[in-house]
Amino acid sequence: MAFVTANWNPLGEAFYRKIELYEMGWNLKDGLRECLVAAAPYGGPIALLKEPQRRSPSVRPQLEIYSSSGVAMASFPWKSGVVKQLGWTVCDDLLCIQEDGTVLIYDLFGNFKRHFSMGNEVGQSQVVEAKVFHSPYGTGVAIVTGASRFTLATNIDDLKLRRLPEVPGLQGAPTCWAVLTQDRQSKVLVATGADLFILDYTACTAVSPPGLSPQATSIVHMCVSFSYKYLALFTDSGHLWMGTANLKQLNVCVTFFFASDRHFIPSYHFSWCRRPKSQQPSVVIMWDGHILVAGECKNTISYHLEGVSILVPELDGVRIINGTHHELLQEVPASCEEIFKIASMAPGALLLEAHKEYEKESQKADEYLREIKEQNLLGEAVKQCVEAAGHELEAETQKTLLRAASFGKCFLSNFPPEPFVSMCRDLRVLNAVRDYTVGIPLTHTQFKQMTVQVLIDRLVYRKLYPLAIEICRYLKTPEYQGVSRVLKHWACCKVQQKEEADEVIARAISLKLGEAAGISYSEIATKAYECGRTELAIKLLEFEPRSGEQVPLLLKMKRSQLALSKAIESGDTDLVYTVVTYLKNEMNRGDFFMTLRNQPVALSLYRQFCKHQEQDTLKDLFNQDDDHQELGNFYVKASYKEKAQIGHLQSAVDEYNKAKNEFAAKATEEEMRLLRFQKKLEEEKGESLVGFSLHDTIRTLLAVGLHKHAEQLYKDFRVPDKRYWWLKLTALAEKEDWEEIEKFAKSKKSPIGYLPFVEICVKHHNKYEAKKYVSRVTPEQKVKAHLAVGDLEGAADAAIERRNDGEISTVLSRCSPSTDRALVERLNRAKATAAKK
Amino acid sequence: MAAHLSYGRVNLNILREAARKELREFLDKCAGSKAIVWDEYLTGPFGLIAQYSLLKEHEVEKMFTLKGGRVPPADVKNIIFFVRPRLELMDIIAENVMSEDKLQPPREFHILFVPRRSLLCEQRLKEQGVLNSFTNIDEYILDLIPYDGDLLSMESESAFRECYLENDQTSLYHTAKGLMTLQALYGTIPQIFGKGECARHVANMMLRMKREFAGSQNQILPVFDTLLLLDRNVDLLTPLATQLTYEGLIDEIYGITNGYVKLPPEKFAQKKPGEGGKDLPTEPKKLQLNSAEELYAEIRDKNFNAVGAALSKKAKIISAAFEERHNAKTVGEIKQFVSQLPHMQAARNSLANHTSIAELIKDITSEFSSFSLLSLSHFLNYFCQVLPFSSRVTSEVFFDNLTVEQEFMTGVDTDKVNTYIEDCISRKDPLIKILRLVCMQSVCNNGLKQKVLDHYKREILQTYGYEHILTLNNLEKVGLLKPQTTTRNNYPTIRKTLKLWMEDANEQNPNDISYVYSGYAPLSVRLTQLLARPGWRSIEEVLKMLPGPHFEERQQLPTGLHKKRQQGENRTTLVFFLGGVTYAEIAALRFLSQMEDGGTEYVIATTKLINGTSWIKSLMDRPEAQIS
Repeated sequence: MAFVTANWNPLGEAFYRKIELYEMGWNLKDGLRECLVAAAPYGGPIALLKEPQRRSPSVRPQLEIYSSSGVAMASFPWKSGVVKQLGWTVCDDLLCIQEDGTVLIYDLFGNFKRHFSMGNEVGQSQVVEAKVFHSPYGTGVAIVTGASRFTLATNIDDLKLRRLPEVPGLQGAPTCWAVLTQDRQSKVLVATGADLFILDYTACTAVSPPGLSPQATSIVHMCVSFSYKYLALFTDSGHLWMGTANLKQLNVCVTFFFASDRHFIPSYHFSWCRRPKSQQPSVVIMWDGHILVAGECKNTISYHLEGVSILVPELDGVRIINGTHHELLQEVPASCEEIFKIASMAPGALLLEAHKEYEKESQKADEYLREIKEQNLLGEAVKQCVEAAGHELEAETQKTLLRAASFGKCFLSNFPPEPFVSMCRDLRVLNAVRDYTVGIPLTHTQFKQMTVQVLIDRLVYRKLYPLAIEICRYLKTPEYQGVSRVLKHWACCKVQQKEEADEVIARAISLKLGEAAGISYSEIATKAYECGRTELAIKLLEFEPRSGEQVPLLLKMKRSQLALSKAIESGDTDLVYTVVTYLKNEMNRGDFFMTLRNQPVALSLYRQFCKHQEQDTLKDLFNQDDDHQELGNFYVKASYKEKAQIGHLQSAVDEYNKAKNEFAAKATEEEMRLLRFQKKLEEEKGESLVGFSLHDTIRTLLAVGLHKHAEQLYKDFRVPDKRYWWLKLTALAEKEDWEEIEKFAKSKKSPIGYLPFVEICVKHHNKYEAKKYVSRVTPEQKVKAHLAVGDLEGAADAAIERRNDGEISTVLSRCSPSTDRALVERLNRAKATAAKK
Repeated sequence: MAAHLSYGRVNLNILREAARKELREFLDKCAGSKAIVWDEYLTGPFGLIAQYSLLKEHEVEKMFTLKGGRVPPADVKNIIFFVRPRLELMDIIAENVMSEDKLQPPREFHILFVPRRSLLCEQRLKEQGVLNSFTNIDEYILDLIPYDGDLLSMESESAFRECYLENDQTSLYHTAKGLMTLQALYGTIPQIFGKGECARHVANMMLRMKREFAGSQNQILPVFDTLLLLDRNVDLLTPLATQLTYEGLIDEIYGITNGYVKLPPEKFAQKKPGEGGKDLPTEPKKLQLNSAEELYAEIRDKNFNAVGAALSKKAKIISAAFEERHNAKTVGEIKQFVSQLPHMQAARNSLANHTSIAELIKDITSEFSSFSLLSLSHFLNYFCQVLPFSSRVTSEVFFDNLTVEQEFMTGVDTDKVNTYIEDCISRKDPLIKILRLVCMQSVCNNGLKQKVLDHYKREILQTYGYEHILTLNNLEKVGLLKPQTTTRNNYPTIRKTLKLWMEDANEQNPNDISYVYSGYAPLSVRLTQLLARPGWRSIEEVLKMLPGPHFEERQQLPTGLHKKRQQGENRTTLVFFLGGVTYAEIAALRFLSQMEDGGTEYVIATTKLINGTSWIKSLMDRPEAQIS
């Protein structure tokens, strides 16, 4: 513990520390000399291309991929063109940018994935320099050609090449340049000599950083901070300019004694070294075996380096990699500084001390504690210890700090447990991935920025499935985001194992994935299909619980029948329609109909579709199914829409006969007969009749006085007597042809009785006529009839005669107590006698 | 505004709020001023979710009805089509988009599919070459719409027709999806019961969907204990019968659509004495009917014969409350009185409205309804004029109709041609009325003798026109009409076992659900009641006689979500009627919820609120106008 500060160096107000992350596991003969190196941020992998310029076909350069700890992951001879630049995407894919502008993409294990070009015009002029950059939109690539033109792609997964405007006066390569991300756009900052330009998609704007020494004749280096917020420029006059990336604000401009010695300049490496929230800007400059940290103050920190090294800028520091070692250089985090600074009296420091004494069983523990508590800072102390633990890489130091924090927590009542618990969890995860075998040296700050999700992804890319699953389980990540996702990736990787049989793989996958929540088997199957393993894909799809998901892939694999049954299974009719439309276009009509025939659900949906869209197809469908009933209905419908009515109806009759629907056939024949009759009569008498029902036809005929024709229809169509009487009665009443009604009533005994006669007359306000029929009404309806004509007296007589209690009551309810007093009394008496009996 | 949704056993306002939130989010996606082009069918259901004010807040400035040609000019940035996923609508939209005036500043087009986007429709838009003209194509998942505090409806008019006639199960898919949404908000429903083919299909889809979403375990404490899925075709009889509750009768006579009813205006004329000569309003009076109105909530489910008494009781209370003003002496008392005035006035208006409606209904049903409004008239003269109007003819028709219905339901002469029906046909009464009666006879007789059936059919065709052969065919397909295949009629067995007919139905103070039809206890609700107690095992035999399978499924709950029931706490059951439910059935279920020893409270969901008329209408086929 005493050594914690041993590697600290002061710079102005702050301290910097250089911590060894790994002793590299690789065995490089010449270190990093004459190598093109790319190391991904967030402790990502390292790619090496030895002697990239070597062009002889007999000795090809070797491309090697290592983890951050130097464990080999891939190695293969480079057979393509001359590589100008290597870089990593956010998904841990390797980008190799060639001189001719082609960009090749490999995965972590050196498998070729795809390639794209940075534009045809690059061909002749060739790429002079290239940079890979990361922004919220993904991984981007920027190049500058021999013709001094910049081309930029902000996101290689959604490739949109932007050729930037020309830079005035620029010939050949610029002295230095960098990519900025500002205002949701990627821009290039270029220096030619002492002039600075910002290139965006449309314009080239000259800029001059405030406070840059006028002595400078050339800006020789520039670098942008990890967050794109800050910019540092280094001039040939030995000035270092540090400010905001929008070039509006100068933070500091320092002159270095050595800088006039221009001889060294070309071999400089230059990087920001700044923590988020730190007030102190500082950059790291590296040249020939030396490394220098420069900040606001005059003095600097310098380290000696062994062998060729590279700088990897990170969110909260710089990693330094050379042939044998991997180190982290960073500003000491505030909480660590508070606690470990010599003679610190910060609450965290005191708490650590108190806990140490407590372990020794010394009463001094109490004294320290009291000191903190007196200032009411115990909460702060615990917080500091927890935070500091997060920033320490040594497990022992972490433990000591956490123990102290836990000790301090005992004396607090309301301290929320979450920060402590989650820090313990985070550290356990971080220590696991920092392990030499995994080799992802993440700091806690980086981890928080990157999120667990991404870390899991990274582990998955490295095929470290068991570890990824352990972490998910340990952090209790919801299954579908955690374990299931990892398992899916595992399965996607598994299906690519060409040497294993479909059966074996399918079984292995189903065993491992089982009922794991939220697994998308269709994605795995898609992967299998992409690898050319259709059979396996089908087997895997069987495990997919969401039948809807199975459909698109099955269609793609031309398993349309299966797709159809899956779509039906899902219950999603829209999906069924989709497959049906697909089948319709794929198959010939006969096969298509046959397929539908075996799938009643699809068939009825397709019928629905045809009903609205393709009437003729509908007919064909019924025809092929020998569905004569439906065909009959179809023709009936058609007869109302099209001209050839009789023809359609005849077809309907034929179909109904085939369907053995005697009734429908007869009814339709009847309809034809009626239609013919109507047409004939229309011609003869000019009465518009077509479209009327039989009932309305007869009624019209009666209304216009064509009694004979009406009579004929009545007989021909065997209209029941009762209905005919009703019909004739109503029709005549409407005409108010009372004479004819009387004749009709006397023609023979009415099959509907005479109450309707009474009622219809009343309805047409002719009580006089109505009364004529009251006497002929049957006894049961007498009361009703009397009431209808408003004859209370008669109604009362009839009711009393029949001694019907209900009828008496009905009459009573019509009597008004004031005017019909005598009647009411009579009725009441009758009611009483009726009740007695 | 929608407070009444939250008063029930289950706070359905959560669902409404979720739907509103989604709507707002979509509207905000289309930045700037907008005009909505409505698929006309959707305006009603949307009214239950959001009023115009909400749309206005989100810069909706104009509303149009979807029709061919050009979208009317409107100075807006966005045109949004709110449509159902129907191909014919896509063609209209395509026409709209293509005829857009090129000279005007361009407007952005968006489509919002309700309730679900459809590949088929998008394909159609693509074929028409307009798919790329749309900035946003989205879906608005509106399956179950909160209709009242205990009622959800999908407002899908054609659901029954599609499921049972056309074998198109789209609406069942939406049902299952809607139930999944419901479960996401109110917790997994541990028990599912069902009866019928469609119920089985929905349950299967639900279980499948649950498996599909296995990853996201629902951590909400279940609100519903049980889900009961009922096919409408298990109980074809109930909707055919005339509903005799207050709300049911309003629906039977005037039709309630999306919670609103339009009434003849005469009785609502607010005339003060002395202004007698003024013109009567001619516009129908539109009233919203839901439990937000206290009085309505009280009387809606009563048998109509008990409504008069309830109204007059209410009238007394209100007039007593108004009389209070004479007792108010101190300033404080007067202030107290005045502060209650708005509430009292609302109550008085509500009473006036319902008294008028009750009178309208009484005119039509009076022989059936024995109540007297006399006691009311004194009070009513206070503020609204009573128009003494009574039509014996209509009421007699109503009474005769009811008598025949009840004869059928009790099994009297169901196997013979019925003279009343014959007479109705002879008089050419409305066809739907005839169809309702014939279907009822067929259902109550487990099919009609071929001779009887053919006779009816022939009578109908000759009287109303041969084109109705298609409608008759549809009714046969769904089982409403059928020839008797076996001599055995099992309806009497069902009626007796399930006690579907109660001789002594008490309309004033009901003790059984049969009060809603003055004697007939709706089969569907009886099944629900028996499920709760003593369970379906007791009626296995009858269940086998009804169409479709009956089943029970359990959905596993994550540990810790098992409800610990308090002593005396009621269970909550969601009853889903696939193919529609009537107001009378809802009333019966509400009655069961309120029974003191019932032990179960019901929330009702359905594809559509129906009555016999709207139901039969949905099954009719009307070939387009004849070519003469």
